[in-house]
Amino acid sequence: MGMTLTEKILAKHAGRGHVSPGDNVWIDVDLLMTHDVCGPGTIEIFKKEFGAGARVWDREKVVIIPDHYIFTQDAYAKRNIDILREFVIEQGIKYFYDAGSPDYKGVCHVALAEEGHTRPGEVLFGTDSHTCTAGAFGEFATGIGNTDAAFIMGTGRLWVKVPPTMKFVFDGEVPPYLMAKDLILHIIGDIGVDGATYKAMEFAGDGISMLSVEERMTLCNMAIEAGGKNGIIAPDDKTIRFVSERSKRKIEAVYGDNDARYESVKRYNLKGLEPVVAKPHSPDNKAVVSEVKGTRIDRCYIGSCTGGKVEDFRAAAKILRGHSVKVDTFVVPATTEVEKRLKEELIDGESIYSILENAGAKIAGGPSCAACLGGPPDTFGRTDGNEVCLSTTNRNFPGRMGSKQSQVYLASPLTVAASALRGVITDPREFL
Amino acid sequence: MKDIIKGKVYVLGNDIDTDQIIPAQHLVYSLSDPVERKQYGRYALSSVPDGHAGLPAGNIRFVEDGEYRSQFNIIIAGKNFGCGSSREHAPVALNIAGVEAVVAESYARIFYRNSVDGGFYLPFETNEHLFKEFRTGDVAEIDVKKSAIMNLTTGKSYHLNPLGDVEEILSAGGIFAYARKSGIVR
Repeated sequence: MGMTLTEKILAKHAGRGHVSPGDNVWIDVDLLMTHDVCGPGTIEIFKKEFGAGARVWDREKVVIIPDHYIFTQDAYAKRNIDILREFVIEQGIKYFYDAGSPDYKGVCHVALAEEGHTRPGEVLFGTDSHTCTAGAFGEFATGIGNTDAAFIMGTGRLWVKVPPTMKFVFDGEVPPYLMAKDLILHIIGDIGVDGATYKAMEFAGDGISMLSVEERMTLCNMAIEAGGKNGIIAPDDKTIRFVSERSKRKIEAVYGDNDARYESVKRYNLKGLEPVVAKPHSPDNKAVVSEVKGTRIDRCYIGSCTGGKVEDFRAAAKILRGHSVKVDTFVVPATTEVEKRLKEELIDGESIYSILENAGAKIAGGPSCAACLGGPPDTFGRTDGNEVCLSTTNRNFPGRMGSKQSQVYLASPLTVAASALRGVITDPREFL
Repeated sequence: MKDIIKGKVYVLGNDIDTDQIIPAQHLVYSLSDPVERKQYGRYALSSVPDGHAGLPAGNIRFVEDGEYRSQFNIIIAGKNFGCGSSREHAPVALNIAGVEAVVAESYARIFYRNSVDGGFYLPFETNEHLFKEFRTGDVAEIDVKKSAIMNLTTGKSYHLNPLGDVEEILSAGGIFAYARKSGIVR
């Protein structure tokens, strides 16, 4: 019996010819990523368990990317970044993208890809549930806690249970009014926030081939919102090009077998899909935009690992160009690279950055996770009352963006931009 | 690992995410500092919407103002407990607040794994809708060996699923203790 892409990667890293769903295996890890929220706790456990003088298993395979609480005056948050700095010097960690330095990047999942740390066929663990984003590059990538991360830091290994794979096939062409965010919100709405718990979610079909690498990241990013262990897309020419432009290491792509066994296969015809939102307070609370259009909103938010990439802002700018927003619209580029490209890339002679600015959006002083997860009270864009927010982020749990009383709707950058211009939830087709 | 866990239960519904268990603004405190780490207990479950906090009545605080430990040492919840962020601060916060066992219909994967590998408390699963059978404040007794929970307030007993594969890790006290015991790390 053949293996799925996820099974094949895990088998290779377990040194086995074959694995099946349900097998518990110890695997070798290619990369461990941590950030300012979970790094200090991980380091603490690493030292407690392996000794004060312990060394990480490979100083080139631990990547540290502060990104969560960067532009805050919170003393504890600042101290956490200091802890990372000390550890990096002590251990000689090669890849550290320090806040306040020229190396600073911003949101870890986007930075990992930009810096060439996401590679087909590899195994990536990160102390962040959205580590699954990197499955867009045809690798096994998933989130873990501090204890597991400390274990990897010391040993380079971890046990995993091989997940069964659910396959999602998108047939047809992606119409101009749909984005990856619509596709994944459709899936989550259909299978529920625990519909893929413990399982791999593999995305395939002509529609997926059409998507850019950035859009594929949006799709895999939200596998966790259905409870998935990982999201994954088989590598193709776009993947290989993106990675080889950023990483000098030889690419060893892995592909699923033709006779692989999937736990389920669900097909979507892209022609039949409409723009969609997730209503408060759960990513599976799906409604097509036409059902909720006219719903009053107080603010919009465009940012985060899933909704703050160049393609997200390009989509928003197409709609915002030459218009003015009616509600506060917060813009947070995911990384310094995204920020730079927004200033360079032109739409009809005007940069994306200035289109957003001229439309009246409030642009963050620098890239970070910002209000996607609330954060300290002085965080840019954080809700602090009963605001209704329409956001390109990935979670709308109670209190997620700050205030327990606020309500968050999730949508694509196209839908968010169209709605920002009207002050009510609006179908992007009205502007396209 | 205790054989018997007895105490007051705190009842929650489905899909309790880790932002509700410990809101992101509190993820800054040191876990090694004995005074600072208490903050995680103080804010445990503080973002559960008031109406859902302590079912069936709601509006019951898990941890009282100014306190760091909860009067409830057993949590009973519905499906998908601990979904969302991978923050290990969530199971840690429950542990610091004094939780010894969680009984849920199902768990989100990363949260479950963190609960087990950190050895913070016993995460039981059950096929029964126990969050409809218990009221916040009821006294319960879990018999770990028999995989059963009794509601001492009502006198009714319920079946829990055996801990299974993870029992060895939990009884060792977490992934490190387990790995040492089995020779995986020295």
